[in-house]
Amino acid sequence: MTFNLENLEVAFQILGLGWGGIFLVMLIIYLVSLVLGRIFPPSESE
Amino acid sequence: MEILIEGVTALVAEPGRIAMMLIGAVLMYLGIKKQYEPTLLVPMGLGTILVNIPGSGVLMTGGEPGPFQILFDAGIETELFPLLLFIGIGAMIDFGPLLTNPFLLLFGAAAQFGIFFVIIVASLLGFDINDAASAGIIAAADGPTSIFVANSLGSKYMGAIMVAAYSYMALVPIIQPAAVKAVTTKKERRIRMNYNPRAVSKTAKILFPVIICVIAGLIAPDSLPLVGFLMFGNLLRECGVLDNLSMSAQNELVNLISILLGLCVSVKMEYHDFLQVDTLIIMALGLLGFVMDSVGGVLFAKLLNLFRKEKINPMIGAAGISAFPMSSRVIQKLATEEDPQNFILMQAAGANVAGQIASVVAGGLVLGLLL
Repeated sequence: MTFNLENLEVAFQILGLGWGGIFLVMLIIYLVSLVLGRIFPPSESE
Repeated sequence: MEILIEGVTALVAEPGRIAMMLIGAVLMYLGIKKQYEPTLLVPMGLGTILVNIPGSGVLMTGGEPGPFQILFDAGIETELFPLLLFIGIGAMIDFGPLLTNPFLLLFGAAAQFGIFFVIIVASLLGFDINDAASAGIIAAADGPTSIFVANSLGSKYMGAIMVAAYSYMALVPIIQPAAVKAVTTKKERRIRMNYNPRAVSKTAKILFPVIICVIAGLIAPDSLPLVGFLMFGNLLRECGVLDNLSMSAQNELVNLISILLGLCVSVKMEYHDFLQVDTLIIMALGLLGFVMDSVGGVLFAKLLNLFRKEKINPMIGAAGISAFPMSSRVIQKLATEEDPQNFILMQAAGANVAGQIASVVAGGLVLGLLL
């Protein structure tokens, strides 16, 4: 195991793109859930 | 008798084998006596003993791969076992609490912070980036995702990652309260939250897994094996016409795969692979990841509270990890400790389910960025 600056740069890239990507996906799913709730409201029996 | 003496001599000549057998015994003890993830720790514990017997036939027999090796090649190298397990997990998940309050999805994202924190720390410690990412993914708090990612990245620490992922998941009731209490005040833990349940239509529940597959596939195509199998399981549950398949996925499939997975993962528990300082560091990094997941989730909730009139109990953020339903129960218990009338279980369950989606997306994104 030897410290490699390049690895650290990649690790920070993963932090930015990876964590940011998760927020993006979850935000889109959040919006889709809202839309689903609007378009398909529960019937009275539900 | 001669053969027995030869075997004992070979065993004593390599004390590492004895140490691994003891570790196997400890894993079985934790599974049986403490009931920590017994479905995996018991087969893994016995498997560890079996693979460390000198000349073990479970690994190689007559110059040909033995049964454990064959299972490993067929189920883990191909990534089939963790994916099949996901069908069962998907069939167990009710997205209802999440669809009732989709805002909770964001906590699932926030509580993946530990993954990225560990990748950075592991890189600082000098681990190769693929091994650093594999160590980080332990913090997804999701065994199958950890196996899938570590195997895809060709990590040499597969055994340690598996043991860490499953044992820490079992230790969530111990790890999370300490982490949550470290970053919250008593007053914050007492915050009450209104829960206004609203019904969710059957159509919305059926469309939800399909739409998630499409979104995750478009943004992170590498996450599709994980997301696709998880959502397929959920579709079996929600479609309403495949109840038998859903029950089989939740019970028979999960049980069968757990048996095979636990046994064949022990292929990576041979003493010369496992007994290394690196292994201990990987285990410590995994623990750090679990702690930082909880801290990340709580701090995100606190950040949101700065802008909200109706405050969120910040402990909900910590429930955004994938360990379902354990984490939501732990958070409810913490809330009840501070205020016996405080019920935040449904919100915590919503965040916890969000954590399941977020962890597989995280796995796919990490793979997409590194492969």
